[in-house]
Order: sequence, then structure tokens, then C-alpha cells
Amino acid sequence: MITKVDVEHIGWLASIKIEDDEKDKLVEQFNSILEYFHQLDEVDTEGVEPTYRVVELANIFREDVACPSLSQEEALRNAPRRENGYFKSPRIV
Amino acid sequence: MEDVIIGLEIHVQLNRLRSKMFCGCSTDYHNSEPNSHTCPVCLGLPGSLPVLNKKAVEFGIKVGLALNCTIEEETLFYRKNYYYPDLPKGFQISQYDFPLATRGHIMILGDDGVERDIRINRAHMEEDPGRLVHAGTIDRAKYTMVDYNRCGMPLLEVVTEPDLHSPKEARAFLDKLKSILEYLEVFDGSLEGSMRVDANISLKGGDRTEIKNISGFKGVEKALSYEITRQKNMQRRNIKVVQETRHFDEIRNITVSIRSKVGAHDYRYFPECDLVGLRIASWVPAIKAALPELPDAKRKRFVEQYNLSDDHAKSLTSEIKVANFYEAVAARAPPKLAAVWIADVLKGELNYRDQTVDGFSQEHMAEIVNMLAESKITEDGAVQIIRDLLDGRGSSPDEIVKSKGLGKAKDDVVQKAVREAVAESADAVADYKAGSERALNFIVGVVMKKTRGKASPGEVHKLVKAEVEKM
Amino acid sequence: MLMELKEQLLSGSAEEYLNKLFLKIEKSPLNGFTSLARESALQQAREFDKNPGQGRLAGVPIAIKECISTKGIETNCSSNILRGYIPPYDAHVIEQLKAEGAIIMGKTNMDEFAMGSSTETSCFGPTRNPWDYDCVPGGSSGGSAAVVAGGEAPCALGSDTGGSVRCPASFCGIVGLKPTYGLVSRYGLVAYANSLEQIGPLTRTVEDTALLMEVIAGHDERDTTSAEGKKRYLPIREGVSGLKIGIPREYFGEGVSKEVEKAVWDAINTLESLGAAWQEVSLPHTKHALAAYYVIAMSEASSNLARFDGLRYGLRFGEDKDWHTTFSDIRARGFGPEAKRRILLGTYALSAGYYGRYYLKALKVRTLIKEDFLRAFKDVDLLAGPTMPIPAFKIGERINDPLSLYLADVFTVPINLAGVPAISVPCGFAGHLPVGLQLIGKHFDEATILQAAHTFEKATPFHEKTPAVI
Repeated sequence: MITKVDVEHIGWLASIKIEDDEKDKLVEQFNSILEYFHQLDEVDTEGVEPTYRVVELANIFREDVACPSLSQEEALRNAPRRENGYFKSPRIV
Repeated sequence: MEDVIIGLEIHVQLNRLRSKMFCGCSTDYHNSEPNSHTCPVCLGLPGSLPVLNKKAVEFGIKVGLALNCTIEEETLFYRKNYYYPDLPKGFQISQYDFPLATRGHIMILGDDGVERDIRINRAHMEEDPGRLVHAGTIDRAKYTMVDYNRCGMPLLEVVTEPDLHSPKEARAFLDKLKSILEYLEVFDGSLEGSMRVDANISLKGGDRTEIKNISGFKGVEKALSYEITRQKNMQRRNIKVVQETRHFDEIRNITVSIRSKVGAHDYRYFPECDLVGLRIASWVPAIKAALPELPDAKRKRFVEQYNLSDDHAKSLTSEIKVANFYEAVAARAPPKLAAVWIADVLKGELNYRDQTVDGFSQEHMAEIVNMLAESKITEDGAVQIIRDLLDGRGSSPDEIVKSKGLGKAKDDVVQKAVREAVAESADAVADYKAGSERALNFIVGVVMKKTRGKASPGEVHKLVKAEVEKM
Repeated sequence: MLMELKEQLLSGSAEEYLNKLFLKIEKSPLNGFTSLARESALQQAREFDKNPGQGRLAGVPIAIKECISTKGIETNCSSNILRGYIPPYDAHVIEQLKAEGAIIMGKTNMDEFAMGSSTETSCFGPTRNPWDYDCVPGGSSGGSAAVVAGGEAPCALGSDTGGSVRCPASFCGIVGLKPTYGLVSRYGLVAYANSLEQIGPLTRTVEDTALLMEVIAGHDERDTTSAEGKKRYLPIREGVSGLKIGIPREYFGEGVSKEVEKAVWDAINTLESLGAAWQEVSLPHTKHALAAYYVIAMSEASSNLARFDGLRYGLRFGEDKDWHTTFSDIRARGFGPEAKRRILLGTYALSAGYYGRYYLKALKVRTLIKEDFLRAFKDVDLLAGPTMPIPAFKIGERINDPLSLYLADVFTVPINLAGVPAISVPCGFAGHLPVGLQLIGKHFDEATILQAAHTFEKATPFHEKTPAVI
């Protein structure tokens, strides 16, 4: 069972602020969805390998060749805030 | 210092590659405008996909082998999920289970003067995050600016076991690692930010702290020294050291706590399915066969081949450039004498000027050593020539010898001066005969005056002594 | 359809045709388009009118789902967090379309970040179903399906992570194909669940889908999961005699509407009468596909959507605080409730202590599901069943009950888990609402399902029916 504390922690991990009045509803929804997920417990997967990707490819590379980059202006074009050619970020601490 | 336990995580930029880890952006971004070396992939624009640089894997295997690691047959990339402004995708493509290389070791000189192996836990590939520029210090800045030029640089993270016991040993390990990386031609340590270190440090029985992102080897020594002192003082005052991440403030020379939520590190690693798996076992034999001679092997060979002392061999092989320089000189001049002059004199003069051996001609060095061997110049004269060449005063040893008159006096001139001086110094001769060894120095001084310093004092001393003994 | 349109454009005017479409879109009640690339499209049309060129889609307008990167045209995944983002690059498929002369006419509405089956979670509001404005068009590529069905675009691209092309194709009575994973490059497709999704066409006929596939499929070195080679599908082989069709037992019965079941069985009977043989097969792990799908999709989404933080592009508001608080506020306001739900649940499923129980377990079940298909395909050439268990439902009917909405994807998600191709073709009506027949093929065997779908289409009138809006 997921609790309110869990929801807060998950929100912190996912970097999504969760308002107090949302928490109860999320707890309820998450628990009902997770309960549905627990159907998976019924499946015997002893000795079954996981499938990370359906295509059986390996060793796909590019050669070490430098290509043109975006211009500084193109790189920064979508930045909501910028300064002197940098993306402007909130302070760290 | 056995009570200090240090483990290092070293982030090495494979900066001899031309392009980044997962995109074609150039690695040559130093001295460029910020955010001028990015593309949809390294900027993490929606919809972009990574494609792995093949040579980065080859470089990784090279390093793994040189660190005496086992190269895994199959390896893959994971996503390491965490938020930070320097991480444009909100995750870093890194390795987790099945890293490229595991369980290796390299040898360093311990504080006790004994050489020993430091165990390597693993070496894995990952992408470099961008660079943060704080408006002020990290803990006091009003805002932070981000440059993604560095983002996506190919990194190799080398993780040691906690086998180091002092800041000095940590430094020795880093020096050795750097030396190996440069031998392999995968790394250029002269570029800013090319090697960054996270250090885990604890006192015996105490909790460990992690100091993140220290750049520069001197920085590592300083940060560790500060942290050891801090932990010891806490222990002395019976305060428990808490497990936490700290940041080294280079300006204030202290470590500061980066307060983050307790137990918040949960990177949620899972396989990066935008990249396919790597089966590299078949690459290993060819890469292994093509590995260059590494520092320890070269040092041993120098001792045997050139009959050098171990100290000289070690000094000459710690940097590949110096080793190559030495061998080029040794091919043209007496090797043993060349070793002494390169290891003991040239390296010191270079260090003093913060120059590398690249700026000094091998031919010139060989000429100088040969002139010494043939007693055409004195030792003082040789030092003078090296300094003049380094400081741009003179174009060749020969030219400097001529213009400064550094040519050593011919032996018969010296002989003559010795005879004259002995004849003129009856008192000193009498004193010597009476048992005063020091009296000879007076006569040597007279000879040096007569030859205007072009004779070698050591030789003159010998000649004077022989002349006086004859009487 | 597209072949005829090309001829019509050559003898007439692409500019005129495009203007007519734009006029229609302006008055449209569907809310299928989110933005129009009016100027660039008209310019291209005028150029075509002067010099048509040789491209296989020369002069043909196409609508593009909001999650496919288009250089110079806003690409926002119908999410507030990405509003205003103008990509500096084209997706691989867009490059291919442009190279063949197609005209990008605009972007279409979708469920926010492709998370949904109804196109109701868009920040632009719901798209309406052209057959019934009170009904959803399906999702997540609901905009693309609605504008094609509603005659506002001759063809469109969507993306299909768990049914997002086939579901709206089925609800809107058109053709939609989810290609084999790896057949179409994902370069430029904004990721929701990257191990599951593919870009696919939405068209009025099977032939049009085949034509678009010839243009967009093929190797791209920027997507390492992209398969080698270039395939040909045209002309599509006609006839189904000798084809063995498997009917998965689990795709009928409980939860499937009677009308849907009847329409699908009628279609199977039609295929049989055309010479195909059918036999029942079993895909025993179908029951667990939904749970496995949602665990995997949410886990991947939690990571794929981590990049939206308002630093390099997208939403930023108010005064900056410390970065964590600032990003958390932006993400709280920028994502809608369904996107948040999936990111949070995915974060939980990957977090320390739960990885094995959820993510890893789901990947193992995925293996079993894939094996189900491989086993079935030993005996049959293709599988047939309903695309959706129900016809289009009312807007607002399920949006507050996420689980009931997820349950509608029961027959589409196994296909994405297995990576096989599947096509939805119109096969009848439930009342006034279209029903889709799903044909599922072997890996990289799009040719066979196109063949069966095309043959079925030729023999039936459903694709010719158009909603009242046209």
C-alpha cells in the first residue's frame, strides 16, 4: 500500500510538486492501479529472461567523426531565460 | 596514516577523441563561446537519440586493459536518473551492471616507501554533464549559468577500492593513472577539467563523506587534507561524522556540505533501450596486442637497456613525452649521462618555467650531453646553455658556447696554470704537506682565476693534488 | 486516394486545394489541428504548381502529430510544459516526407505526451470524433485520425506506443498501421515509452498506408534500433487465398461489445469467403499484457519526461527559487494530471526496492507475451481480431477513471510489447460509430497484413463511407 508519505517522496524524486489537496486522491488512484499491476504476481516467470528491447541488434556505432554543431543562437533559441550565451538556471542551493 | 581510508572515483575525459560520446559534436570546445558545441542529441532536445562513438569503446577497452582489468564480454548502457541543471535529459547515460572493465590494479609508491598495488573496482563509460558557472560560490550564488559544450564528452569513470591512506598516496595514484592514460594516447591532461575526482574518505570506524567534483591534483590533496583534519577534530570533540556529500571550495580551501535530502539518492538505473547491446569480447585480443609499452615496463627496460638507476628510470618514464625525449637523446649521446642531465637538470628547469619537454630540441640536448662527455664544456656551462635555450637567449648550444665563451679551456692550458699556481703558492703547499687538506682549495682558486673559470673545479682539484703530491 | 489526389493536383492547383483545406479547418468543429504551417505550406504548394517535380508525394499535404519534431514548426506534444518549443531539426520521417515532395500542413492534437486513448488529456482540449462530435476520436493520435476521417487532410502521421495509431483509426473509421519496432526511425519522435513506440501512417485506404510506409520506413543511422534495408510494399498483392489467419481466443468474449464482436466476425467470414483459412489460436498471456505494458510504459516515461524542466525550452514562470523548487513547480504546473500520474507511478516502479517487483517482472512477462506471438505464428500467417473492444465512447465518460481508460487498450498493447506490426482497417459499424479490424503480422512482415487488409478493403464498402462532416 502506498501512503501519503510515499507520494511525497515520489514527487520529490520525480521533481514534481504535489499540493496537499491532491495527495489523498493520488494515494487512492495509485493504490488501485498498483493493485491492478499486482496481477503480474500471478505469472510464473521463473527462469524467464527479461525483454529490454524487441530488436535483437548489437554493436551499432558511429565513427569518431566531428560534424557541425548548432550555432549558439540556435542552441539558445528556445531558452526561456539566458544570459551572455549561457542558459540561466535557478541557483543550486 | 593507516587509520585514514580513501577511495577515489576519477572521471577521465577521453579527450583525444574527435567527437562526443553519443553525437558528432566536436570535442574541441575549449576557448569557445558557451553553448557553441551542441546539437539536438547533447542538448537533450525532445526526440533526439544517442548513437555510440565506436572509438570511445576502443579507448575504454585500452584503458581497462592497461589497468589490468577484465574486459566484460558483453556490456550495456543504463540510464542514471537524477535532476540537475547540468544534465539536459534528466538522466545520464552511464553503465551499471556489466560495466566495461572490472577488477584491476595499478602500482604506486606508498607513504612507507614501498610500492604496492591499488585495486581498481571498475572502469565504466558515461557521458559528461554540462558545466555550471555559479554567480559567486555554489552555496551563495543568486543564480547559475549553464554551458553544455562539455555535455556529452566521452568519460571513463575509474573507481578504486578504498586502498589509499593519505592525500599523498591519492596524489601518487592520480599521477600514475594520468601517466598511463597519456601513454595510451587517449587523454590530454593539459586541458581544463579533463580529470575530475570524487573522493570517499573516512577515519577508521567512522562514517565516510564524499567530496564531489574536485578538479586538479593539488585540489585533491588539499581537499583530502582539509577533510581529514575536519573529521579528526570532530572525532576529538566526540561529534559523529555524518555520511554526506561535500563540495570542495577551491577559493576558501575548505569542504562544504551540499545539503540534500537524506536518503534521497535513488538513481533508478534501468537499461537504456535507445542503445543496443555491446558484444566486445572479439575486439580485445587486437587491442591488447596493440597496447603500447606502459610506464612500469618502460622503467624496467630503461634500467636494463641503459643501465640507469631505478630512480632515474622512474623519473624519465613518468611522462610519455619525457620518456620519448630521453630515448631520442640516448640514441645520439651517452645514455647514462643523458639520463642524469634530463632527469636531474632539464626536468627541473622545465618545471620551474612550467614548460613541457615539447619546447626543447632533442638535437640540442644530445649536443649538450655529447659536449659534456667530451669535456668541451663544464657542468656549469651546460646548465647555462639549457637555461639560455629555454629562455630564448640563443639559437643552439654551439652558438651559445661561442657567444658566451663557455668552451672549456684546453687541458694543456689548465696543466700550465696548475703548474704555475703550485709554484706561486709555496705557503699553501707547505700547509697541505703539514696535513691541511683545505689548503688545496686556495691553489684551485688561483687556477680558476688563471683560466677565467673555464676549467672544471673538480678536475682542477684532482690535477692540483697530483702536482703537489709529486713535490 | 493519394494516387488520384496527385493526378488531381497535377491537373489542378495544389495551392487551391490547400486553401480549401485550410478554410475547412478554420470552420472545423473537430479541434484536430493544433497549429497550421500555413505560410510554408502554401509557399511549397505554389512551387509545386510551377514545377511539380518527381517526388512520390509531390504536392500532397500531410498532417503531423504534435510529438514529431518539425524544424521551425512548434512541437509541443499537446503539453503546456512544451508550449512554444520550436525544434531546430526535422525528425527522420519528416526529412523523408519532404524529400518526396510532401507538404507539411500542420500539427495535430494528441493526448498529452501520447498518454491516453481518447485525446482528452491535451492542453488544447479534446478533439472530437467526426462521426459523432460528442465522442472521442480515440487516442493518442486522435487529431491525426480525426482530420483524415473528417476530410481536413488527405493523410497523417501518428505514433503508436500502445495502440495510439490503431485505436483512433478504429474509432474514426480509417486505416492505421503500427509498423514492426525498428522499421521506422524514431529519430525526432518525442519519446513517451521508447522501447515500445513507432511512428505510423493514418490514411483513408490501405494503399495510401503502403505508400507512406515506403516513404518513411528504412534505415536511419541516428536510431540504433533502426533495421537495415528499405522495403517495397506497392503494388500490394491482391487476394488472400492460401493465407492462414489465426483468431486469438482471448480477443473475444468478456469486455468486448457485441456489435464490435459481430463486425469483426463478419470480417473474418468475408476473408474466408475470399479464400483465406482461419483457425483459433491462443495467446495465453494476453490477460497480463495490460499490466506489463503500463508498468513498462510508465517507467520509461518517468525517465523520458525528466528533461522537461523549463531550463532549455518550454515553460518557465515566476521568480526563480532554488533549482529543485523551481523545477518542481514548473513540472507541477506544466504537466497535466495523466502525465503526472504516469511519471509518478513510473518513478515509483523504478525506485529502490521496487524495480524487481514491477519493472523487471513486467519485462519478463513481456518475454512470455512475445513468445505467445512467435508460437502462434508457427501455425498461421497473420492474426485477426478487434482493434478496440468497444466503439468510440463519449467525451468525459472515462477521463476521471484512469484504470477503466487503460482497460480499453487490451488488444493493442500486446502488439507493442511483442514489437510485431498491426494494422486497423474499417470493418463495419456499431450503430453510427465505426469499428476497426486489427490484423497482426510477423516481425517485418508488413506485406502480409497489407495484403489481407487491402483485399478486405476492396471487397467491402466501409472505407467509402464518410462521416456527415465531409
